[in-house]
Amino acid sequence: MGVAIEIDNVVKKYGNNTVINGLSLDINPGEFFTLLGPSGCGKTTLLRMIIGFNSIEGGEIRVDGKVINKIPTNLRNMGMVFQNYAVFPHMSVEENVAFGLKTRKMPKTEIAKLVDDILDVVKIREYRDRMPDALSGGQQQRVALARAIVIHPQVLLMDEPLSNLDAKLRIEMRNAIKRIQQQIGITTVYVTHDQEEALAVSDRIAVMNGGVIQQTGTPQEIYQRPSNTFVANFIGLSNILPATTYVEGGVQGVDFGGYKVPMTNLQKVEQGAAVVVSVRPEEFFISTEGDEGLDAVVRTSIFLGVSTHYFVEMPNGEEMEIIRPSETGMLIPNNTPVKLQVDASKINVFTENGEVSLIAKAGA
Amino acid sequence: MSSKLNIWMGFTLVILAFFLLFVLYPLGIILYQSILDPESSKFTLAYFTKFFGRAFYWTTLVNSFKVTLCATLVSAAIGLPMAYLMRSYKIPGSKYLNILIVISYLSPPFIGAYAWIQLLGRNGFITQIINNIFGIKFGGIYGFAGIVLVFSLQSFPLIYMYVSGALKNLDNSLNEAAESLGCNAFQRVTQIIMPLVMPSLLAGSLLVFMRVFSDFGTPMLIGEGFRTFPVLIYTQFMGEVSTDDHFAASLCVIVIGITLLFFFLQRYIASRYSYAMTALKPMQAVQAHGSEKFFTYLFVFGVTFVAMLPQLTVIFTSFLEMTGNGSFYTGNFSFMNYENTIFAKDNNSIFNTYVFGLCAIGIVVVLGILISYLTARKPSILTNFLDTLTMFPYIIPGSVLGIALLSTFNTGIISLSGTAIIIIISLTIRRMPYTIRSSTAIISQISPSIEEAAISLGCTEFQSFRKIMVPMMLPGVLAGAIMSWITLISELSSSIILYTSSTSTLTVAIYAEVIRSNFGNAAAYSTILTLTSILSLLFFFRVTNNKDISV
Repeated sequence: MGVAIEIDNVVKKYGNNTVINGLSLDINPGEFFTLLGPSGCGKTTLLRMIIGFNSIEGGEIRVDGKVINKIPTNLRNMGMVFQNYAVFPHMSVEENVAFGLKTRKMPKTEIAKLVDDILDVVKIREYRDRMPDALSGGQQQRVALARAIVIHPQVLLMDEPLSNLDAKLRIEMRNAIKRIQQQIGITTVYVTHDQEEALAVSDRIAVMNGGVIQQTGTPQEIYQRPSNTFVANFIGLSNILPATTYVEGGVQGVDFGGYKVPMTNLQKVEQGAAVVVSVRPEEFFISTEGDEGLDAVVRTSIFLGVSTHYFVEMPNGEEMEIIRPSETGMLIPNNTPVKLQVDASKINVFTENGEVSLIAKAGA
Repeated sequence: MSSKLNIWMGFTLVILAFFLLFVLYPLGIILYQSILDPESSKFTLAYFTKFFGRAFYWTTLVNSFKVTLCATLVSAAIGLPMAYLMRSYKIPGSKYLNILIVISYLSPPFIGAYAWIQLLGRNGFITQIINNIFGIKFGGIYGFAGIVLVFSLQSFPLIYMYVSGALKNLDNSLNEAAESLGCNAFQRVTQIIMPLVMPSLLAGSLLVFMRVFSDFGTPMLIGEGFRTFPVLIYTQFMGEVSTDDHFAASLCVIVIGITLLFFFLQRYIASRYSYAMTALKPMQAVQAHGSEKFFTYLFVFGVTFVAMLPQLTVIFTSFLEMTGNGSFYTGNFSFMNYENTIFAKDNNSIFNTYVFGLCAIGIVVVLGILISYLTARKPSILTNFLDTLTMFPYIIPGSVLGIALLSTFNTGIISLSGTAIIIIISLTIRRMPYTIRSSTAIISQISPSIEEAAISLGCTEFQSFRKIMVPMMLPGVLAGAIMSWITLISELSSSIILYTSSTSTLTVAIYAEVIRSNFGNAAAYSTILTLTSILSLLFFFRVTNNKDISV
């Protein structure tokens, strides 16, 4: 049922202002693909180029092998779910869902059956006669979703569909969206700025910034092996530390001014090259007995049950956050000098400008 | 607690007394007179049977419905596409077009009527051109066609403003959703945009209907043999021959009944079919191309030009030299008309207009703030009643209110006829609704917790009202007050009944000059009025900092 989307070197210009300059991306059939990035990164612009609300100034977009650049939106057969739902306020739930089928001049009996089925899928059958203003935000979003998928679109597009919902409903709806997407197996392009949401729903994610794709990969790849410091910082939390590389008797590693960490997964590096190392809060170990490691002083700690967050101050005055699984016994008291070690298998090393990862590709 | 309650209760009762005395009581008197036989002082339905029994009378009602219906339909047919085109396409100078459209709406309809007589009347400017070119004897647009022309051009802006407001609240994602579901451009207009603006269109149309139905100046001037209902009322009450106050009263009752019916119909439709829409991303105006561009510009500029034509005519003729008591042009330009009006010795109508207007607006602002606050923040049966009562004069034709006030306060303990006070009162209660609505709208945007904060910091309830609420409400109050002011200085239908030679206002003076065929003086007066309106309107846009007007 799913079709592939190939985005080939597309360009988007507003007047003389080029917002996307030659972007390429392949989305696999049936995949749940997310465009993730901060606001203004061009993710919505790209989505609107796929559906046709934005013109394409260069390159081409192919769906199922066919170039769609010049096809008007109403003939593209794509379903779209909007940030503000865009449920037609003058139509009941049922009329909203049936709308696209009616414009396709489908026989009435068939419309009734399709609407029934989809209302069950999104679980709003009992609200079918209600007007939109009698529905909650989550219910309206279900209507919008049903309306978009009932037309059997080739592609389903969602533009920040959960951002107007409250936190609890957001989680409930994202699970529902994921379930429904898997159930019908439709190629889906999803836009969000919420990294946790992206990790939760996506098969693959493209992280965008400034109109450029920074990295494409599965949620695990993006989180665990970010391809640059932008991705490392945008997805989850990362502490960025300066270091140099060292090579000693066939062993490569990074040197934090005396604290040497041997690594097995580095690309071939030169001796003494300046690098930056990104360490996630949970990739630190803390030891109170003085052996090797980075010097730091615990300033405050927050006990959160499952984990404990320590805020430590480095000798240069910078603060870092460290997350440890909570252990039995006392927390480390404030103002305790400690040594920090890093988990060599999990940390990421980048060139000094932060743009290129020095971690060897898995299996390479 | 009880002392705090008392101050609001006190305000409520005082204001209520004011409206009972000057609105409800006079209307009661009218109702009473309409069913009273003055000879025997007994109940009678003779006046109503007289009206419905003679075609001479009831045809005026039929005529009124005819012109009103036609004018409303034509207004909608112009206003709807106007609003859609102005929202959909980038039109150069659209901001100024918007102001011009509002101006054409705010000037009194009878000025439009007299200006169109100048253009398309028997000896009208355009009529003469047509007759010379085609060698025909076109007699000018009087009667039905003339009335419909004037009212349509005068009222389409109301539809335009309503629909334009609705389109502004229509989120573009609704259009996009429809497009993604397979709708083409035409289907989007018919299936999404039209149904969504329909409530606003209906609401606007019904207001147009009520306005046109109750206007008497226009059919009086341009109607000639075509008599409408308000004309009948006026002539029965004020005419030179065979006036009958009781018969006029029964006519008033009929017209009140009809307007009330439409008012409630309008309310019902507005509550039943309104959609809560707020647009995060309103429709974006796009650049039109080719024939699309040509026809859009032609329509938008053409309609605006024709709507402004009366104003332009009036301003132009005000600078023409006249002879024969102001009826004929000599062909030269001069300031003669202004010398005869502004600088004429015993002329106080300009002075009166501003003084009465300012007095009325002072009362309107104070009462408007209090009434909107009371109804919004101190809801009770009394304040609810007050709310309805204050809206009453908005829907009752001005001539009816004028007749009611004059009949009631002619003699007796409160004898006000012929005084400036009665005119100020009538202007106040007729134009207050604009200020109340605008003030109520702004109160709803002020969180009640702001007042609670003030009280928690030690203010009394009245102090928090005075120091917190009133300053915060002022922008909304001011916007409403300017609208009250503009509509107040152009008020004719009740002033024409209440004025005496010493309390004449600009509109009354214009009307009188037109009747006297002194078009020169009328033009000069009208120009002063129009200029005042335009300046006030520009001030309004300055104050509210936007280009949309709600009426």
